[in-house]
Amino acid sequence: MNKRKIYNFFSNKVFLFTLISILAGLIIGAVILLFAGFNPLRAYAIIISGVLGRFKYISYTIIKATPLILTGLSITFAFRTGLFNIGAEGQFIIGAITATAVGYFLHLPAIIHIPVVIISATIAAGLWGGIAGFLKAKFGVHEVISTIMLNWIALYFQNYLVYMDGFQKPGGETSYSIQPTASIKLFGEWKLSDAGFAWFNSNPFLRDLFKTPVNFGFLFAIVAAVIVWYILKHTTLGYKLRAVGFNKNAAEYGGINVSKSMIISMTIAGGLAGLAGAVQVMGVTHNVSLLAAMEGFGFDGIAVALIGNCTAIGSVFAGLLFGALKYGGTKIQPAMGAPSEIINIVIGTIVFFIAIPRMISLLIKRFSKKDRL
Amino acid sequence: MGNKAEARSDDVVIEMKNITKKFGDFVANDNITLSVRKGEVHALLGENGAGKSTLMNILYGLYTPTTGDIFIKGKKSVISNPNDAIQKGIGMVHQHFMLVKPFTVAENIILGMENTNIIGSLKMDHALQTVKEISEQYSLHVDPDEKIRNITVGMQQRVEILKTLYRGAEILILDEPTAVLTPQEIHELMRTLKKLTKEGKSIILISHKLKEIKEAADRCTIIRRGKKIDTVEVSKTSEAQLASKMVGREVTFQVDKEDKKPGEVIFNVEKLVVKDNRQIKKVNQFSLEVKRGEILGLAGIDGNGQSEFIEAITGLRKVESGKVLINGIDITNKTPYEIIESKISNIPQDRQDRGLVLDFTVQENMVLEKHSQRPFANRGILNHEKIRLFAKDLIEKFDVRPTNEDKIAKTLSGGNQQKVIIAREVSNDPDLLIAAQPTRGLDVGAIEFVHESLVKQRDADKAVLLISYELDEIMNVSDRIAVMYEGKIVGILDAKKADIETLGLMMAGGKSDNE
Ligand SMILES: Nc1ncnc2c1ncn2[C@@H]1O[C@H](COP(=O)(O)OP(=O)(O)OP(=O)(O)O)[C@@H](O)[C@H]1O
Ligand SMILES: [Mg+2]
Repeated sequence: MNKRKIYNFFSNKVFLFTLISILAGLIIGAVILLFAGFNPLRAYAIIISGVLGRFKYISYTIIKATPLILTGLSITFAFRTGLFNIGAEGQFIIGAITATAVGYFLHLPAIIHIPVVIISATIAAGLWGGIAGFLKAKFGVHEVISTIMLNWIALYFQNYLVYMDGFQKPGGETSYSIQPTASIKLFGEWKLSDAGFAWFNSNPFLRDLFKTPVNFGFLFAIVAAVIVWYILKHTTLGYKLRAVGFNKNAAEYGGINVSKSMIISMTIAGGLAGLAGAVQVMGVTHNVSLLAAMEGFGFDGIAVALIGNCTAIGSVFAGLLFGALKYGGTKIQPAMGAPSEIINIVIGTIVFFIAIPRMISLLIKRFSKKDRL
Repeated sequence: MGNKAEARSDDVVIEMKNITKKFGDFVANDNITLSVRKGEVHALLGENGAGKSTLMNILYGLYTPTTGDIFIKGKKSVISNPNDAIQKGIGMVHQHFMLVKPFTVAENIILGMENTNIIGSLKMDHALQTVKEISEQYSLHVDPDEKIRNITVGMQQRVEILKTLYRGAEILILDEPTAVLTPQEIHELMRTLKKLTKEGKSIILISHKLKEIKEAADRCTIIRRGKKIDTVEVSKTSEAQLASKMVGREVTFQVDKEDKKPGEVIFNVEKLVVKDNRQIKKVNQFSLEVKRGEILGLAGIDGNGQSEFIEAITGLRKVESGKVLINGIDITNKTPYEIIESKISNIPQDRQDRGLVLDFTVQENMVLEKHSQRPFANRGILNHEKIRLFAKDLIEKFDVRPTNEDKIAKTLSGGNQQKVIIAREVSNDPDLLIAAQPTRGLDVGAIEFVHESLVKQRDADKAVLLISYELDEIMNVSDRIAVMYEGKIVGILDAKKADIETLGLMMAGGKSDNE
């Protein structure tokens, strides 16, 4: 990158707009904190040191951010190809269920088990996403509606499975945990062994870092981001999908199969959200549990995609920001006694400020397309 | 003449002084001065990309000038947005219409007026009454309850004009209003313009058609590559003078082509039946043959099934019955991809809807049909460098301006957008080139070029099917002329023997007798 390019990037309207929005969100959040009787400067200081203060914190932030980056990529991919994927939530669930099932029932060496889990979860969720694409392509069912319905189906499917004999962990509201060979936690087992314990004790810095469920998931997210960028920018598939996203009629006229493109696009988007689910299971939860409500990974992904201006790189940074706020935000409760609702309002305000103007402008562009001749 | 202009200078309603507009480093308007008098039709003439629309978008508050001032009735004014322009009495009908398709005509006209409340039906009634009055006063016939997507382009335009008048426009900007109209509609529009100027309204008319400027305009300002060349009294300037001022060289209006004996039939359509969106048969038992080495012109009044016919033979609309064959191969109801593969290319009628992905760059648009083929892609990976070189080459050959393959298509001027499509389609080297209104919105120089390209295809022993609502174009370029009326061919004439009267009669459904 030459100097001019870097300069252009930072003076770019989108980039400036994002910064201003983050600032505005923080200011409004501060005002709300002030009204609730808390010192906003102190609150922000706690969040910042809570995110960056120790390696452990940074590692937690990344862990929190990983699934959000992936669902953000899912929504980004769909959006860039003209589709609004509200279904990342359900695709995430399908990915998580599949990862748990394959991770628990199969017994394989880690080097095979991990890729098998990842691939099967991605494919299953991809097919799940593909259903919405198919419904749109064949019957004109709007993807927003079909994916919302598919979300609920996925949720109840998970709850059904969690109570199934042979899958439910006796006495709990969760499934069995995946085999250690399917885990992507770093040093998962060894950390707890005597040798590991001794080794970590002599390395306090590493101990701090690896105490967290630090895992390979973030690498998957980065690789996924690169793949998404590459597909969109450098492949004929990406060309086709973007053409359909921008102007279906011109794409059709140019010989591009619009129906097929929609199905492929939703399949890839589904796969990305499914990967998020798999990574969460393999790296953090190790099982799936009864869901009383949506967990929100998919919905947060919408905000992530919007903050990231629907670009692959943007999703990575936006996911990290989001993860940081979520994780750092929890710290002001014990430190200041601020109720968790306030924290959520602060987070919500920031997201609102960044996402809403962008969402509105994107939606206006997309849906109120004037009659052009 | 100079004296006269000065004597009337207090009549000046709009004055744009030393306007410069830059897009990045690119200077679209370079120190242009324009003054418009009360009650005149002031034409703006210039090549594609000369900066006409840009200048008018500035007057309408869509762009802010980089430097320069605007005076309205002698008062310096800043026009910050279209609403502001409307308040100051300036209305604009854009080159590409700005109507909301799913809404009715009436809703579109009233849309955005603060003092009406769409839910309050009383106010709506009142508004409708006003619309009706204006439409009668200026003979702008529209169908208030019909949805925009169901009405003809001509009526859409009347809706646009009504919209501005309803908002009280005193100065009306019409950006290439006749590019999309049939000769009859153009005639009506000219009458409307006369009525409007009689009422003291001023009109700025952008057009590439010199004939129209001669017919309708009082004065004409000529712009070339962003600079003002001259403002002339139209009555004292010939068409040829206007043309050479505009392009900076002499322009011939005749198409040069040598006699050529056509070869075997390469494309034929047998008893084609096609329905429109409302399930009405628009193409009815239509049969046609096109031979190698000929340009077949398809004449007819808009709405007689031409659009449905083109869509059906290019795979974009279902063929109910009948057959379409190219090189003897049946391509009835094949996919657009298969039809392109069988060497049919199409310059579509609607450049922004079908022809271009407006948010793509010029180079991306240049390979719309070919992006998956070598050398532009290999095993699914795009070769950006090859695409760039290919686009550069076409940009140069087809004189697309500016010569920047990275430009987003929607920032090109209308005529240059058209050139991108033509470049792309001709470069496909098709056996059959379907050209629907290929010169719509092009300047005379570019028209000449497109006609040459069509003739070149024919001379290379390829077939060309030219669909146009302009009889001049059909008669100039075609070898044979087929006339379409109500979904059928009413007759086929040798272009050399055809005359306007006979064609006109046939287009209205009458049979020809010199078949
Ligand atoms: N938003 C924009 N960004 C960058 N360049 C632009 C933009 N709008 C117009 N231009 C450039 O300015 C030049 C003048 O464009 P304009 O649309 O005014 O031409 P025009 O005279 O109306 O041509 P036409 O007869 O083809 O409609 C063109 O080269 C065009 O590419
Ligand atoms: Mg223009």
